[in-house]
Amino acid sequence: MPPPSTSFATLAPPEAVPVLRVAGVSKVFGHGAAAVQALDRLELEVGRGHFVCLVGASGCGKSTLLHLLAGLDGPTSGTLRVEGRTALMFQEAALFPWLTVAGNVALALRLRGVPRAERPGMVRDLLEMVHLEGFGTRRPHELSGGMRQRVALARALAQDADVLLMDEPFGSLDAMTRDMLHAELERLWSDRRFTVLFVTHNVREAVRLADRVLVLTSRPGRVAASIDVDIPRPRRIETPAVSALAGQITEKLAREVQRHGHA
Amino acid sequence: MATRETLARQVAGLDALDMPTAPAIGRGTRLWRAAWPKLAALTLALGLWQAVVWSGWKPDYLLPGPAAVFSELWERLADGTMLTAVGMTLRRAALGFSLALLAGVAVGSLVSRVALLRTAVGSLITGLQTMPSIAWFPLAIMLFKPTEAAILFVMVLGAGPAIANGLIAGTDHIPPLLLRAGKVLGARPLALYRHVILPASLPSFVTGVKQGWAFSWRSLMAGELLVIIAHRHSIGEQLENARTLAASEWIMATMIVILVIGILVDALVFGTLDRAIRRRWGLLDTAG
Repeated sequence: MPPPSTSFATLAPPEAVPVLRVAGVSKVFGHGAAAVQALDRLELEVGRGHFVCLVGASGCGKSTLLHLLAGLDGPTSGTLRVEGRTALMFQEAALFPWLTVAGNVALALRLRGVPRAERPGMVRDLLEMVHLEGFGTRRPHELSGGMRQRVALARALAQDADVLLMDEPFGSLDAMTRDMLHAELERLWSDRRFTVLFVTHNVREAVRLADRVLVLTSRPGRVAASIDVDIPRPRRIETPAVSALAGQITEKLAREVQRHGHA
Repeated sequence: MATRETLARQVAGLDALDMPTAPAIGRGTRLWRAAWPKLAALTLALGLWQAVVWSGWKPDYLLPGPAAVFSELWERLADGTMLTAVGMTLRRAALGFSLALLAGVAVGSLVSRVALLRTAVGSLITGLQTMPSIAWFPLAIMLFKPTEAAILFVMVLGAGPAIANGLIAGTDHIPPLLLRAGKVLGARPLALYRHVILPASLPSFVTGVKQGWAFSWRSLMAGELLVIIAHRHSIGEQLENARTLAASEWIMATMIVILVIGILVDALVFGTLDRAIRRRWGLLDTAG
């Protein structure tokens, strides 16, 4: 468990209390000549209840960062602090094929220590939240990709985490399903007010969802730019405001990638 | 703004379009589709057998035809001798296989969990699997005298490694993503083993168990031929007696019983188990 927050929390205005803080984090994979630096002295703060998207080209260490935050791996140097619990959603649903849809959600509750008697009702509520009521007895392989990803979302919500880490969770879905999941996620987030750190390589998706978009440099990953998105919600991915801002960010990203061509 | 209701309706519509569908096939059709090729193959095999007998390649008393063998089989079933023998053999099969299962699971789970053991005896277990079980008998008979214990000993050595290997392979080939998903859900090592590793390795384990059954059945037959215990009628003993008396019909009738038991146990017990698990795990085409 991460230790309680220190002085910086009390200095910040209440709405901007950082719930997640990454300070000077580097991550190196391998040793010697074959070593790859995935992250380099990364600095990052996310306020409580904020929705932050990380965009960057491949190899910028986006997934590495989420793995570090979820505690799946440790940093080479630097500190990561997350107040409260994290849940991580992968690009693939990563559901357990031997459990039913309800069983997958219930396992998350069970591992969190929810008493047996309370689980069925909570599972029903969670499945309803992602519009999968009536699918509880199905098995993951009987569902479409979009439905599986919604089960994964319900499972992540079942963890009742304070911070939801999402690693390109809608990357493999078709555009229409993705639009709906954007709306779903936005609605759930505004209802429940958890904090989201969402990794994507799709800039429009980032602008569609985020309060703030962070552009990461590639190899090693560092924050190159931070862009506040103040387009009113609910947003739609095809509106001119979203497109215009996405265009600006894409330019920044392109410059970032070009820089690597000369290096 | 899309209200929650419109969104729900859209989502439901998209889901309905997106759901994988399997064509519905009636139970009768499915049974017939599974049965007719088998029946055809059986008829063909009996026909070939009869053809060889008619060709006069061997005299009738060495190679009897299907009719003679099946009437011999019928007589031995009717007078109860075959059933007594089958009962004894199946009792030994159940006992030996259970012991092999216990040993295989114990060794397999230990070796798959402990890296040092893994390096030490992992390849030895695979090596043991290639050892013909009949090669164990001289030692087994020295150690246990010609008793049932000698047969059980060889059955455990024959089937145990296959079962252990199935378990080890199962834990080896768990998708790393599922392990990560389990860890992210907060599963500590023991909970991770119970809720993720164990169920994820089950399909491969069942394959190992199925293979273990085949090995233990072979070891049992070899054992019953070599270790004849007085006043204990078993299938292997019948086969050995029939050979001593040069009774070809009896030999072949007994062989048919051995084959049929092997097929039935494999198909009914392990085949069903294997298919049920694969279907549940989504590893099987539902249409198949």
